Amino acid sequence: MSNLAVLPIIIPLISAIILIFFHRKVKLSRVLTKLFSLISLGTAGYITWYVLENGTIILNTGDWIAPYGIILVMDGLAAILVLTTNVIATACAFYAPYAGLEKREIYYFYPFFFFLITGVSGAFITGDLFNLFVFFEVLLMASYGLIVLGGGKVQLRESLKYLLINLFSSMLFVTAVAFLYAVVGTVNMAQIAERVQEVEQQGIITTIGILLFFVFATKAALFPLYYWLPKSYIVPNPVISALFGALLTKVGIYSILRTFSLIFIHKTDLTHDMFIWIAGLSMIFGVIGALSTSNIKLIIAYNIIPAIGFIILGIGVLNPDGISGSIYYLIHDMIIKTALFLLVGVIASVAGTSDLRKMGGLIHYYPSLGWLLFLSGAVLAGLPPFSGFIGKLLLLKGAFEEGEIAIVIIGLLTSLLILYSIVKIFINGFWGDKEAMTHIEKKPINGLLTPIVSLLALSVLLGVGAELFYPHIESIATYLLDPEIYIDSVLKE
Amino acid sequence: MEIITSILAGVLFATAIYNLLQKQLIRIIIGTALISHGAHILILTMGRLKAGQPPILREGISNYTDPLPQALILTSIVISFGVTSLLLVLAYRASQENNTDIMEELRGNENE
Repeated sequence: MSNLAVLPIIIPLISAIILIFFHRKVKLSRVLTKLFSLISLGTAGYITWYVLENGTIILNTGDWIAPYGIILVMDGLAAILVLTTNVIATACAFYAPYAGLEKREIYYFYPFFFFLITGVSGAFITGDLFNLFVFFEVLLMASYGLIVLGGGKVQLRESLKYLLINLFSSMLFVTAVAFLYAVVGTVNMAQIAERVQEVEQQGIITTIGILLFFVFATKAALFPLYYWLPKSYIVPNPVISALFGALLTKVGIYSILRTFSLIFIHKTDLTHDMFIWIAGLSMIFGVIGALSTSNIKLIIAYNIIPAIGFIILGIGVLNPDGISGSIYYLIHDMIIKTALFLLVGVIASVAGTSDLRKMGGLIHYYPSLGWLLFLSGAVLAGLPPFSGFIGKLLLLKGAFEEGEIAIVIIGLLTSLLILYSIVKIFINGFWGDKEAMTHIEKKPINGLLTPIVSLLALSVLLGVGAELFYPHIESIATYLLDPEIYIDSVLKE
Repeated sequence: MEIITSILAGVLFATAIYNLLQKQLIRIIIGTALISHGAHILILTMGRLKAGQPPILREGISNYTDPLPQALILTSIVISFGVTSLLLVLAYRASQENNTDIMEELRGNENE
């Protein structure tokens, strides 16, 4: 059954290649995309069930035994993240035909889309640090393709910056891997984790850890390395923004979670305490950014940053509650960010502008849209009983246990401000006179709303049905906190 | 030998960072190319430089070259080659559309 681990990489890859051949036939591409994403989702669902029932799947690719070849490790964390990725991919696949992509659909939108999923799934599954770099490049290459698609003046300018910052941090990634290789003589994550314990000079390990953290923090858009994110995430089509906002930064934060719970855990007083500070600053600066603008797309893009801050808080406190909170919040945020990016895409398209100052009274034309936005704002801010509440509760409980009172207060305040930033869209965009926007014409938006409603329903289910999901998340957290289990399962078959 | 290549990698990194901090787009691209060379030479150095030994591990052979860094570099070279060529095309198009290749003029404030 170990071949199961490679399926989430193979299926999107083959789908992408098939779709390249049919790129001119838009209707066929749409049907195939929906079909392939559903197949991929089904497989990911089965794999998740299998992993949660039977434990980690290890695949030695090419039958090279663990430390020598590249290995794929499908453990609980990888499985649920791959499943969430596929849920988002399916929602975007059903949204894309109505998203106003126009000619972009002919110019290889769907192949790039599947290549992106390939890279993201691969980054979650791989158990090899250099292979992680390769999968980062796969997903970045696909994202470069997606971000320039349709390139106008502004879009080209912002994609250039996006590409430059990612190229620079990728090269630092290679450098960090080279340093680590010089110290421990391997790139297999389990073997690195094993050998790191025996290294006499822990200082060099911490230095490499911080270099790697810098790389991942750039990709995850943590304070103070988030400056590239907001503007470059709002220039492409909403469905592409949704994929970026939901997946790309989350791969960065996943890599931090993986490496700093497996490899760099022997000098936590420096690195992990720094994480708590960075978490607080990310929350504050991200939410200030969200409040400072009246561009609705920019508001959502800035809201990525405090969410990443919340996730890294759990990694910083490094106790069972913190880690399970991080995982819960990670899944919650992937789903709700997709829904929000898609929603503001619809709002901007029906209003004809993304400037809040020019909007008003939309609720008279699109009541369902308004209430969906209100609901997703509540989910995002973490009002009970939605999924954000469970994640935040666990995170803040974890921080409280470590005596980090200041961060708890910052976290709670930030949540309120996040809610305010979404409610601001609701008040300024939806309330007001019917005549506030005279030139509005009613467009059919049901096709756009179906994926969003499904995502929101899932998000509500994650919160209301927390009893159902929490035991799995908790067992994954205890698994992550004991690196020996990971090392044993990979190296000692 | 390791010392020399380490210094070379350091010089490449320094020139790359200097170029990355310039305002003209083409200089920045040269900077990214240089930084990737620096990183590749660093990987090669980190795997210990040994001349004249085959990369084969067999019973009875104690002295061998580590083949892994070379495999890593090859992968990394291919990737940075692809990204650099994409970057060149993108930079050309972006400077054509925006009528400038100076980064300061590409800041863009009209969105706010």
